[in-house]
Amino acid sequence: MSAAARPDTADLEFARYRADFPILAQRIHGRPLAYLDNAASSQRPRAVLDAERRYAEEMHANVHRGVHTLSQRATDAFEGARERVRLFLNARSTREIIFTRGTTEAINLVAQSYARPRLQPGDEILISWLEHHANIVPWQMVTAATGARLVVAPITRRGELDLDGFRDLLSDRTRLVALAHVSNALGTVLPVREIVELAHARGVPVLLDGAQAVPHFALDVRALDCDFYAFSGHKLYGPTGIGVLYGRESLLEAMPPWQGGGDMILSVSFGSTTYNTLPFKFEAGTPHIGGAVGLAAAIDYVEAIGLRRIAAFEHELLGYATERLDRIEGLRIVGTAPAKASLVSFTLEGVHPHDLGTILDQDGIAIRTGHHCAMPVMEFFGVPATARASFAFYNTRAEIDRLADSVGAARALFRGR
Amino acid sequence: MDLKDLYRDVILDHNRHPRNFGPPARPARSARGHNPLCGDQLTVYAVIDGDIVRELRFDGTGCAISVASASLMTEALTGKTVAEANRLFGLVHDLLTRADAPAPPELGKLAALSGVRGFPSRVKCASLCWHTLQAALAQSAEPVSTE
Repeated sequence: MSAAARPDTADLEFARYRADFPILAQRIHGRPLAYLDNAASSQRPRAVLDAERRYAEEMHANVHRGVHTLSQRATDAFEGARERVRLFLNARSTREIIFTRGTTEAINLVAQSYARPRLQPGDEILISWLEHHANIVPWQMVTAATGARLVVAPITRRGELDLDGFRDLLSDRTRLVALAHVSNALGTVLPVREIVELAHARGVPVLLDGAQAVPHFALDVRALDCDFYAFSGHKLYGPTGIGVLYGRESLLEAMPPWQGGGDMILSVSFGSTTYNTLPFKFEAGTPHIGGAVGLAAAIDYVEAIGLRRIAAFEHELLGYATERLDRIEGLRIVGTAPAKASLVSFTLEGVHPHDLGTILDQDGIAIRTGHHCAMPVMEFFGVPATARASFAFYNTRAEIDRLADSVGAARALFRGR
Repeated sequence: MDLKDLYRDVILDHNRHPRNFGPPARPARSARGHNPLCGDQLTVYAVIDGDIVRELRFDGTGCAISVASASLMTEALTGKTVAEANRLFGLVHDLLTRADAPAPPELGKLAALSGVRGFPSRVKCASLCWHTLQAALAQSAEPVSTE
């Protein structure tokens, strides 16, 4: 019944890259692994694994501290990674690149260090209904502590930001706009340029949660003109436990440190402490050096393929998956914005997403099921959970065929044939 | 693991047509169970007369395993004493978590849940209603609602 996958040139080209990912060459429950949970965490190519291992085997020591050779190598590797990230984002300076544990920590840093000291009762932080919990809870924490208000911009039935609604909520009380660049639950790409322009026109700085965007688009924070940009290594084919906060230097400079410890100071006495300069002011304690090295290798890897090529191929996969899944009776795609990253969130009549997740796993297909840490989005669409298939450039049309066939079989099983 | 072992006909049937679904007409002890990981939400209502479970009902949303487990539980425990209900809870708990646990005849249709133990990530789905029932039974005052 299923339309056979029609490999074209792009498919064949991208099939080559798949071999770079050792983890993909395995069977799950006797079937070849179809890893379609890339929005939760992507897999690492051998180039990243090798870079992490080479760092551990040949360079590891603490950074910014020792005069011995290994400490210098580790510092060079770590600061080299920072420069690699700067280039990737097209930031002006490495002083604007803060290494964090991930997107979540980056947003919390801005919430605690930028927002909290500034917020007065009646001030507002403007987010949207599309946000991941990591871009909701840190703002709830600081607004609760300061008497400020969290204001939520509406979304449309297709899962887009309601730009008029957003504009109406921007006010002279708004102190910060914090929005996803790409929705993790639905895949919607937000019109970030317009958002930044609207906010800046009122003098409001903008933080973008780029966790779901960096794996899919070439990024230029200077062109985008955002004030803060956060992303994670592990969604960009890099390691877990490493992420980045880009911040406009003038803003970072004026912010107090948020964690105290080693490396973030210049001098300490019990009377007073002089804080280190950017970016070290925000990096207390020994960082995840090997993670930063791995992230830099991941950036090298995706840029060698080309993010524009990746985006174009993933767009084809998204179109194919949408078409295949849409044909299944009782299947409802949640999130139908015209501009989407390569993921499909859906429900299947009569089959709870968790049952679907178990059934697909038995067929070797890994998808995410649940609320995707975006419970307000689920509430908006009136569903407790969805199934989400998210695609990377190493996925194939044949895997999407298997996904669609397996979803169809699950429906048949639950209907009693 | 075989999927047919997890999704046995009894499970699929109770998922499609849950028994004792919806709150009872008379006052009942109730408790809400929530699995934050997957968003499953169940409310279990127990009408207790002396030490007899006169009526046991539930409602809420969840996957097939959690709905079928709740439906089977309400069927199995209605008319039982609280002590018998607790004993069955122990047997089901063993059935779900111990690879070598036998399915004694007194489990009846509840034995259909034995396939769940092959799927460790789903054990919580099957046990949610049972823990919720324990919470409902632990309430001393009647009627009590957590709403």
